[in-house]
Amino acid sequence: MLKLDNVCYAVDENGKQKYILKNINLEIGDNETIVITGHNGSGKSTLMKIIMGIIPVTSGKIYFDGVNITDMTITDRAKLGIAYSFQTPVRFKGLKVKDLLTTAQKTNSKLMEVCNYLSKVGLCARNYIDRPLDDSLSGGELKRIEIATTLARGARFNMFDEPEAGIDLWSFDGLISAFSESLEKNKCTNIIISHQEKILGIADKIVVMDSSKITMLGTREEIMPSIKSSRVCSKLKGDMYE
Amino acid sequence: MNKIEKDLLLAVADLHQVPQGAYNLRENGKPVERHSSQNIEITPKLDKSGIDITIKPNTQNESVHIPVIITESGVKDLVYNDFYVGENSDVLIVAGCGIHNAGDSASQHDGIHAFHIGKNAKVRYVEKHIGVGQKGDKVLNPVTQVYMEEGSYMLMETTQLGGVSSSVRRTEGELKDNAKLVIKEKILTSDSQTAKTEFDVKLSGKNSSCEVISRSVTRDNSFQEFVSKLIGQNECFGHVECDGILLDNSRIISTPEIVAESTQATLIHEAAIGKIAGDQIIKLMTLGLTEKEAEDMIIQGFLS
Repeated sequence: MLKLDNVCYAVDENGKQKYILKNINLEIGDNETIVITGHNGSGKSTLMKIIMGIIPVTSGKIYFDGVNITDMTITDRAKLGIAYSFQTPVRFKGLKVKDLLTTAQKTNSKLMEVCNYLSKVGLCARNYIDRPLDDSLSGGELKRIEIATTLARGARFNMFDEPEAGIDLWSFDGLISAFSESLEKNKCTNIIISHQEKILGIADKIVVMDSSKITMLGTREEIMPSIKSSRVCSKLKGDMYE
Repeated sequence: MNKIEKDLLLAVADLHQVPQGAYNLRENGKPVERHSSQNIEITPKLDKSGIDITIKPNTQNESVHIPVIITESGVKDLVYNDFYVGENSDVLIVAGCGIHNAGDSASQHDGIHAFHIGKNAKVRYVEKHIGVGQKGDKVLNPVTQVYMEEGSYMLMETTQLGGVSSSVRRTEGELKDNAKLVIKEKILTSDSQTAKTEFDVKLSGKNSSCEVISRSVTRDNSFQEFVSKLIGQNECFGHVECDGILLDNSRIISTPEIVAESTQATLIHEAAIGKIAGDQIIKLMTLGLTEKEAEDMIIQGFLS
């Protein structure tokens, strides 16, 4: 479904090229759930932004369903069926929750359906649908709305950047079932950046990133033991078992 | 009434037909149609052009519409309208001016409105301005003076969403004890249009309060200036919020002036001006909108 062919992204730092992503090769199939994990600054979020087209590649190619999308705009990639849930959701002065959700939906379906997505992420639709997307919402509320917006797109290829950030532990299981449900209903592929063992637990495949590279890639059964014993992910291990 | 007149009337006063209740229509500098209601009396001024609108005390849930339309080129209209709102009344006042200028010379309407709001009266005042037609300038210079008695409330909603070549809007207010004035202003300018807004509100009464929420969008080479002066003379609360979105080569200036003449006065001015945040556009593009569609949606929401 998605193929990254030797993708690099470099920035200029005092006249030297600094690689944020280096020689990334990755193939993701249909109806898979991939969890990407790794240290802060290892390039995970940049990888998603590259796939969405928010950041251009320095070199390498990106293929979606066999089509080279490397030079395609964000809009065109979105129309192909790529969706992206931001790590830090955006606030809008004047737009309401329902504006974002109805824009996300491809078809002009009923407000009821839009409300369903809010319920899935644990928000009472009636209380939220007319709320402005401004500072009056907490970080956790905004994060849930961001996830609901991505689910509302009903895209074939979804990316979620740390969906658990800001979500209280009480509703964590609900979040995981929302992902599983979208996977079953839409026959889609989900890529999730996460550090949470529960989310790693729903992965078909796990990608571990470190210092701008993919250092491990395999099925959950293959990778989990390595994560738990790896020095690279000692911090991660700590997070998971504290 | 022809189509141009009907369209203007719809745009400035949301009117499809002559409304119920008190009504005064002014066209091309002359009064055209007027009727009073049992509780709201409209009388022409004798010494100058304009009308007196007198609302009886305890008038509830009634409305007054006083739209102005200009369809001829080169009209220069100056009008004085005085509103006397009786105690304990609760009314909607809809004003506004639409100019359709198909000629070469400028058409101008300067409306000077004075509101005398009685004790515990409530007023919602809606004022829309619009300019249509390519050639001649469309100029609007409204002045609003608000004198608020004890416990009175006024919500003033002013909208100018395009087509006006130049406008200078001045709003003055004086508030007695427990009076509250809320002003919501939305202005969109494009091409080489200019719009200036000035607020000068005196919070004289105890527990009086004033809130000004201004949203500006400037496109092309247009220019907007926002000047607000709040004077707190008592235990009072004043809050000015000016938000602006700049596009293309446009400019916005926001000048706050808050004067506390009492240690009990709490006055706040907030202003944020800038282009549309890049992440807002990117977010909407990831939902499938083009950059232009994203920009339009953000501006529409901002001015809604």
